[in-house]
Amino acid sequence: MNGKKEKISIILAGLCIGVISIALVLLGNPANMGFCIACFLRDISGALGLHQAAAVQYIRPEIPGLVLGSFLVSFVTREFSPRGGSSPMLRFVLGFFVMIGCLMFLGCPFRMILRLAGGDGNALFGLAGFAAGILCGVFFLNRGYSLKRTYRQPVLDGSAMPILQLALLALLIAAPVFIRFTETGGGPGGSHAPLIASLIAGLLVGALAQRTRLCMVGGIRDVALFREWKLLMGFSAILVSALAVSLLTGKFSPGFQGQPVTHTDGLWNALGMLLAGFGCVLLGGCPLRQLVLSGEGNADSAVAVLGLAAGAAFAHNFGLASSADGPTANGKIAVVIGIVAVAGIAIVNTFTKREEKA
Amino acid sequence: MTQLDARGLSCPEPVILIRKAMAGKEPRYEMVVDNPVSRENVTRYAEHQGYRVTVTEEQGEYKLVMTK
Repeated sequence: MNGKKEKISIILAGLCIGVISIALVLLGNPANMGFCIACFLRDISGALGLHQAAAVQYIRPEIPGLVLGSFLVSFVTREFSPRGGSSPMLRFVLGFFVMIGCLMFLGCPFRMILRLAGGDGNALFGLAGFAAGILCGVFFLNRGYSLKRTYRQPVLDGSAMPILQLALLALLIAAPVFIRFTETGGGPGGSHAPLIASLIAGLLVGALAQRTRLCMVGGIRDVALFREWKLLMGFSAILVSALAVSLLTGKFSPGFQGQPVTHTDGLWNALGMLLAGFGCVLLGGCPLRQLVLSGEGNADSAVAVLGLAAGAAFAHNFGLASSADGPTANGKIAVVIGIVAVAGIAIVNTFTKREEKA
Repeated sequence: MTQLDARGLSCPEPVILIRKAMAGKEPRYEMVVDNPVSRENVTRYAEHQGYRVTVTEEQGEYKLVMTK
């Protein structure tokens, strides 16, 4: 229970994760997308045929790796604990709209860091919106916002998500005809590191994030709430190491135009990440953290992950996701609806009567 | 002495509860949490506020006693 030791471990973990992310790009993942939870869940949704965007379909082994890495570590450290029952449906809705925000910006908070490290100036607008969204969430947390308590669940309920990951890996390896994979050169889904490398990277990041409680949204949130810097140090360490490796490998290219898989609409980059940041604070953690928690047996976080995946499918089925050409009209409407819906959830769960104490 | 039940609440809610309670500057607080993350976060916060924290674990629940 040593604060200094915790800080050193999260900084070291952040540095490792930054290096792993850039290594994945060097091994074949799309540029500035070494490790993006939103992009990878979207690709998995596509591979399963939940959306038809041919450019973004692949079962990214990083996701099963993350969940299983967290599961294995939490099992060994006896932190695995099947839990659930804290407003699962609202968590689904929040996950859904967090993904709508992420696909407006074209990346989750993790990819936002990697985009900054690659020199993508558009991500600065995302960061500004993200911080504003987190502060909206903090406003409600300070006034008593809660999704209410979780309760112990049967072991199988908490294990369902890790088991599902094994099924995904089986589908990836067996590659039956009904699973869709983007062809090489056919879009971001066609660029990927070798399966084994991606899986190992996922396992490592999952294990590190489980041990250190790393969370992209927790950093700014905890500084605003408690002047607690630990999680922000992890966030910053990823940025520093990814930036250093980008510079060393010549992958750093500063600017706004022509950045890989991005657009230059500052307002909508900011609003997309505002929605993502706001929704993530209400969920209690970023998409990465939701995956890690789902590996620890948290069925509520597993439902949030399913919400994220459903959001990705809707985003591509209804033309909500941005592309290099910029945001779409439908996407803008969806982000506005998302901000209203998330604010509504925040208000109702802050100002309605408290649950009776048991 | 204030006793708080933060079982089932997830990060950062238990810390917000203790922060609000500690505004009353009492010499002793007790809180029950049911996950290691809350245990770590509440301990860290209380220590920053100058409290000594002792933790006892029983059947997956942690009782934190914070004294000044």
